[in-house]
Amino acid sequence: MRGGVGTVKQLPDSRSAVVTRPLQRHAVPCRMSAALIALLSVSGCSGGVLDAQGPIGAADAKILLNAVGIMLVIVVPTIIAILAFGWWFRASNTRARYRPEFVYSGGIEVVVWGIPTLVIMFLGGVIWIGSHDLDPFKPISSPDKPTEVQVVSLDWKWLFIYPDQGVASVNELAVPAGIPVHFSLTSASVMNMFFVPQLGSMIATMNGMVTQLHLAADKPGEFYGQSAQFSGDGFSDMNFILRAVPQDGFAQWIATARQSGSALDRTSYLALCQQSSNVRPFTYRTVDASLFNAVVNQQLPPCPGPNIEGPGATVRPRLER
Amino acid sequence: MFGKLTWQAIPWDQPIPLVAGSVVVLIVLAVLAWVVIKGYLPYLWREWITSVDHKRIGVMYTLLGAVMLLRGFIDAIMMRSQQAAAFRAAGYLPPEHYDQIFSAHGTIMIFFAAMPIVIGLMNFAVPLQLGVRDVAFPTLNSTSFWLTATGALLVNISLVIGEFARTGWLVYPPLSGLPYSPGVGVDYYLWALLISGVGTLMTGINFVTTILKIRAPGMSYLRMTIFCWTALAANLLIVAAFPILTATLAMLALDRYLDFHFFTNEAGGNMMMFINLIWAWGHPEVYILVLPAFGIFSEVISTFSGKPLFNYRSMVAATMFICLVSYMVWLHHFFTMGAGANVNAFFGISTSIIAVGTGVKIYNWLFTMYGGRIRFTTPMLWSIGFLVTFVIGGMTGVLLAVPPADFLLHNSLFLVAHFHNVIIGGVLFAAFAGITYWFPKAFGFKLDEGWGKIAFWLSLIGFYVVFMPLYVAGLLGMTRRLQHYDVAAWRPWVLVAGIGIIIMICAAACQVVQFVVSIRRRDELRDETGDPWDGRSLEWATASPPPPFNFAVLPDVRGEEPYWEIKRRAIETQQLSAEPKYEPIEMPRNSPTGFITAFFCTMTGFALIWHIWWMVGLGIVAAYAVFVWFAWRDVTEYSIPAEEVARFDRARRQAREQWLAQHAGQPA
Repeated sequence: MRGGVGTVKQLPDSRSAVVTRPLQRHAVPCRMSAALIALLSVSGCSGGVLDAQGPIGAADAKILLNAVGIMLVIVVPTIIAILAFGWWFRASNTRARYRPEFVYSGGIEVVVWGIPTLVIMFLGGVIWIGSHDLDPFKPISSPDKPTEVQVVSLDWKWLFIYPDQGVASVNELAVPAGIPVHFSLTSASVMNMFFVPQLGSMIATMNGMVTQLHLAADKPGEFYGQSAQFSGDGFSDMNFILRAVPQDGFAQWIATARQSGSALDRTSYLALCQQSSNVRPFTYRTVDASLFNAVVNQQLPPCPGPNIEGPGATVRPRLER
Repeated sequence: MFGKLTWQAIPWDQPIPLVAGSVVVLIVLAVLAWVVIKGYLPYLWREWITSVDHKRIGVMYTLLGAVMLLRGFIDAIMMRSQQAAAFRAAGYLPPEHYDQIFSAHGTIMIFFAAMPIVIGLMNFAVPLQLGVRDVAFPTLNSTSFWLTATGALLVNISLVIGEFARTGWLVYPPLSGLPYSPGVGVDYYLWALLISGVGTLMTGINFVTTILKIRAPGMSYLRMTIFCWTALAANLLIVAAFPILTATLAMLALDRYLDFHFFTNEAGGNMMMFINLIWAWGHPEVYILVLPAFGIFSEVISTFSGKPLFNYRSMVAATMFICLVSYMVWLHHFFTMGAGANVNAFFGISTSIIAVGTGVKIYNWLFTMYGGRIRFTTPMLWSIGFLVTFVIGGMTGVLLAVPPADFLLHNSLFLVAHFHNVIIGGVLFAAFAGITYWFPKAFGFKLDEGWGKIAFWLSLIGFYVVFMPLYVAGLLGMTRRLQHYDVAAWRPWVLVAGIGIIIMICAAACQVVQFVVSIRRRDELRDETGDPWDGRSLEWATASPPPPFNFAVLPDVRGEEPYWEIKRRAIETQQLSAEPKYEPIEMPRNSPTGFITAFFCTMTGFALIWHIWWMVGLGIVAAYAVFVWFAWRDVTEYSIPAEEVARFDRARRQAREQWLAQHAGQPA
């Protein structure tokens, strides 16, 4: 089932001489996690969150699988005990001893409070450390300067602004592989959530606020991205492809973008702002450097909702499918 | 004259809601016509609609919940079939309709299916288990029920007139704000929940008062059943949490109606405030549902294992522990909103701590079965199905409490599978266990075990076939609420879930058949003794169905399992306790207050939704007038003469004498 969600196809130049610098937080999954990954891959999990293609996704997935492993240690015996006790003590089993007076045991009480408490203390440590290590706001330590991307969720498409390169794109996100990407995210209207399953952590986008996210792709590839927060009628088409490309490929992509498309200024932003869905990817040749901050600071008003008159059932935004 | 309401509000151009709506309207009209023609109306009015008897109200609550459960289930079938069809295709439901369906599904299932069934079972069983005649405020109880029915009615009206919310079941702003949801859908949601929320709050007050202040002589706190304890915990949660819901939704209503800016994008509003507040209600709500479910399982497992509940006091402690900690976990619903590492870690840990309390309960049920003599009746099958399913759901829940894991799984189908795993496996299985368990008490005959067991097995299998694939789809990155999708890897799992829903449909059909068959065979299934399951708590100490006054003489409680002790004493001494001295009993009079108030509240709610301001005024004044009229009443109670009490109790004692003769010489 490879090639489902994420790695749609490897780019032709993916084997070329890109030095994928090792990132410090690149996690080597532990043995148990590896076994579970193998198991789930067989059942068709490749392309999902467990088929991580970057350090953040790998670290998230490792914690996920470790937590499952820790819990299975008590969950599996518990389920077996439920079924075994239920079957053995059936009324028709004459060999089972009926002990109606067995209603209290201090020893069992200590165990049933103690074991879950110990497990949760252990898991609590995992939670505390994991929350701090994998806080989406925390930069990935790497010798490379991260690529800056500003993300604006619109109804119903994604706008990606490259402030350092001065270009922008809609529903298509190209980043250099092997180098951390720093996302600053906001929303032009309603809440959305930026999520590339194979690269890891998602984060909300909200109007008037900026969230931060740091991700990286290990290797070149195409990864499916989507909104993970329902945002209205066009929500199902709010997808994009994140293309992790070699560094020279990225420079080339920027160069191509600079030569085509229109300019993204406040006027064209307000046009883009109108509700539309299933928008084909395109790029902007130049971008107003202050645009992102103007959206965040609400110098540009929040984007409008459906343009309708009248009540109730007549409210139906047109979809350009 | 009629505000925003015009003929355009009826979806003439959309066949699906139009046909569905027409069918529902026709069925309702047909039932009403049948009731009127058969002359049942006076009976219904006298014995049910105006009844303040907690047992009748409990039955009506449960019936309302069951009907709405079917409605919500039809929504579920539409969602599963839409997703099965909508791979690289539009499917048969356009987004503006699909969005209403999943919003209505969530709203209906939580507020108008799960809540009424849980509150209905509490209404029915708690006063009986406490050994008393009624709840603290019987007329208020009736009003609570009818206000809940108002909310359910408003949600269903939206099917035909106008539209329902297209925002998801918790109407997050700014999507639910006026600029992005200009239709009446969110208004239907708001007024349905604001009105029914008042009813739920009054239920909470009523039951907290009842359990704290009204118990049989000798019924100390630590002699109450676990179901009463969980009911107490759930109602304490209602009293503390529902005002938050009402305030939050009222603020959103102010945003929408009077241009306030609590949660808007502009003018200093902050939608994060809404999300915090709604979950400060929303997470306790989970435990409002599941704690009484735990109570039901405690009763069922103990009864059918033939043993007292293992470590009773530990169970009480775990219940109150969960009740308290459930207030400190709400932020786990939005780890991905960027709160920061310390906050996320705190709420992740507090959430997993709840699992300690739940774990203790699971083990206590396990050891209740240990050394028992287990009878695999339908309620017991639901309980064992629950134990296994809930352990899995609890595990995925703790997994989602780990923030880095939640960063991958939040809002995915994994999350959807998790909460259905605990709500179906916990609350719904408990509802079916509880209904089967208490049905003979309510109606005097048992439900058919054969059909009940088939329904159980189909539900259990159907549940796993629907939701286990959704866990996988979530791990593959599939997010929730997708009207269509293009990713091939998700498709097989969505299709398997679609097959599962067919099994669930068969299960639901078996449930209906179970009721029909049981009603037809009621004479064979009759329970004469009042104790069909060899029960242990006080509800089995009276006849089935119980008389309006529940107990001829209030029981004298001397232990944790009062009825079990009464039975054991009877068998040891080979005779029933001496016939008591019967006295006349004062019972509260029936009152139409609740029904009429709710009628005017429905009118007010509908008028607010459509901006028909004169009708708003009329409805509010009339509802208040009904309250004043009720407060002015002179006679509040009627008296049941001692002879009638005696006649009832002697008949019951005669049935018990026969039972005793059958059990002569047997150890208890």
